[in-house]
Amino acid sequence: MTNTAHVFVALTTLALILFMARMLRKHNFKSKYTLLWLAIAVIMGTLAVFPGLIDNASYAVGVDYPPAAFLGVAVAFLLVVVVQYSWELSRLEERSRVLAEEVAFLRAEQELLSARVSALSDEVAP
Amino acid sequence: MPALNEAATLPEVLDRLHREVPWADVVVVDDGSTDETAAVARAGGATVLSLPFNLGIGGALRTGFRYAVDHGYDRAVQVDADGQHDPGAIEKLFAALDDADLVIGSRFGGTGDYEVGRTRRGAMRLLQFTLRLLSGRTFTDTSSGFRAFNRPLLEYFSKSYPSEYMESVEALIGAYYAGFRIAEVPIEMHQRAGGAPSALRLKLAYHYIRVIVTILIGAGRRPQTGSTK
Repeated sequence: MTNTAHVFVALTTLALILFMARMLRKHNFKSKYTLLWLAIAVIMGTLAVFPGLIDNASYAVGVDYPPAAFLGVAVAFLLVVVVQYSWELSRLEERSRVLAEEVAFLRAEQELLSARVSALSDEVAP
Repeated sequence: MPALNEAATLPEVLDRLHREVPWADVVVVDDGSTDETAAVARAGGATVLSLPFNLGIGGALRTGFRYAVDHGYDRAVQVDADGQHDPGAIEKLFAALDDADLVIGSRFGGTGDYEVGRTRRGAMRLLQFTLRLLSGRTFTDTSSGFRAFNRPLLEYFSKSYPSEYMESVEALIGAYYAGFRIAEVPIEMHQRAGGAPSALRLKLAYHYIRVIVTILIGAGRRPQTGSTK
């Protein structure tokens, strides 16, 4: 990696770490997500500062072209995250569906009760 | 009766229901309508379940099933809010419920004036073929919105009714695999009294594909024959 690229990647990952820390502080994410992305940012930062790590790890598992190893791991990781989100989304959709049903039942019940109450108060107060 | 923006046709439909099946309790599930559907239904003497946002037909139906189960009904019938179904046929569906858990009012083989376009008919044939492959039975109308359910099936559907569009096919095969008895009864069917058809062609094609893939993937489950749950 050239020096310019090196500095650029390091700065980008630093920005990423700061952004994640900010998100965590403002409670924009659930902390489980922030922790995940913070960990990713820290790993990226480490790799940016010590590019030799990727090369050595890549040769160790028998990949001759280190960027391919890095991209491969990144794609696999993102795939897992997206699948997990699909699962999470389905679960949330199901929950909001149940909530919507409950709201409909409560509304109907409330209408019935207020009709009864007004009928009763008509009887009591002439 | 699931209803989405059906204020125009609802009064007449409710009126006919009250005249032809006066013993029935009518529940309209208002699926997040933006028109006066809920008010019109209430004025027409129906119990209204107003969903806070649109859940789709499957979600509206499950709401209805849950309501039926919670209020101790032994049987229920699903009717479209646009006047396509003849309330006079409800007795016929209920009669068939003696020997089945799910009774489907089929638009085909009946004597009504209902017709479908060529594309849609092709897609329906494909779906019918897939179902025959899986269940060994021919269902003439898998997407009918005129169906009767007994208590065990209401309980099953109140928990497991699929939520996506064309849910009736998934529900049908789900009920079949769960060991419920399914019957079809030919009914008379009219063209829509008003309102717009609920899906466009391309969207429809997508949903046909999605449903076929879904039921094929689910095909690994074996039917629990003999079970009467």
